[in-house]
Amino acid sequence: MLELYGQNLSSRLLLGTALYPSPAIMAEAIKASGTEIVTVSLRRETSGGKAGGQFWSLVQSLGVRVLPNTAGCHSVSEAITTARMAREVFGTDWIKLEVIGNHDTLQPDVFGLVEAARILASEGFDVFPYTTDDLVVAERLLDAGCRVLMPWCAPIGSARGPQNTGALRSLRGYFPGIPLIVDAGIGRPSHAAAVMELGYDAVLLNTAVAKAGDPVTIAAAFGKAVEAGHEAYRAGLIEPRDMAVPSTPVIGMAAFS
Amino acid sequence: MNLIVNGQNREVVAETLAALLAELDFQGGWLATALNGDVVPAGERDRCPLAEGDRIEVLSPMKGG
Repeated sequence: MLELYGQNLSSRLLLGTALYPSPAIMAEAIKASGTEIVTVSLRRETSGGKAGGQFWSLVQSLGVRVLPNTAGCHSVSEAITTARMAREVFGTDWIKLEVIGNHDTLQPDVFGLVEAARILASEGFDVFPYTTDDLVVAERLLDAGCRVLMPWCAPIGSARGPQNTGALRSLRGYFPGIPLIVDAGIGRPSHAAAVMELGYDAVLLNTAVAKAGDPVTIAAAFGKAVEAGHEAYRAGLIEPRDMAVPSTPVIGMAAFS
Repeated sequence: MNLIVNGQNREVVAETLAALLAELDFQGGWLATALNGDVVPAGERDRCPLAEGDRIEVLSPMKGG
């Protein structure tokens, strides 16, 4: 069972709530995925509180935990203020910490990320840092008080899948007891299964589900892929070989000539 | 008094943050507020005085990834 900051979870899929064709499809996709955690954000209210209230009521009706994010924040101070506001609104210490460093790639500003993580952890937040696959940054984040790491496997929304399997493998090897969640870059269920086969603990998705032709069906497919990859890792995978090895016994073959 | 609320210039009569939300018809227990970059918890809004030129953010739950 997956444990994140003391919470036991059956599902290893975390799902975003943005970009769906409609709120109803979002709700159905969340149910079909089996996820127990969805990400949410805070934005300026433009209609007296009604738009945000309707969205929040819908999410609450789904019976899932929420992981508020600091998406779009480009500075430490912005991220910290947003996190503090999210804690008040959503009633949780959990925060998906994003400090964006580059507009085009949405690459995290890892220096600001570590600084913000240290401050938020000292204020009692349970920080889920959106980071790169850099090993040293991961060490700094753990030093700062993070007890979960969320490396990207490719840029947000790119659907490219794992770009640097070796780096993801290194993180898994160095931090055997730390929950590792691939956040960002997954495009297909096979990508999700691939990172889970590396021993990752969970996957966080949004665009790959919300922008698919049928978000509800693919949400279920991702749920199965994540589970399949996890079970495969636990079972122990065989290593690739250069040459063929017959699976059918050679001994006992008939001689016809 | 002139304030900047969610990035827009507003002329209001409210003198506290709680009064400002009422005046601008912001309703709901899910709203979060900040004054000049500092969070103001819901329970402190009626004791939060406003001054000319203050920047106020009123945020609400929204979809996110």
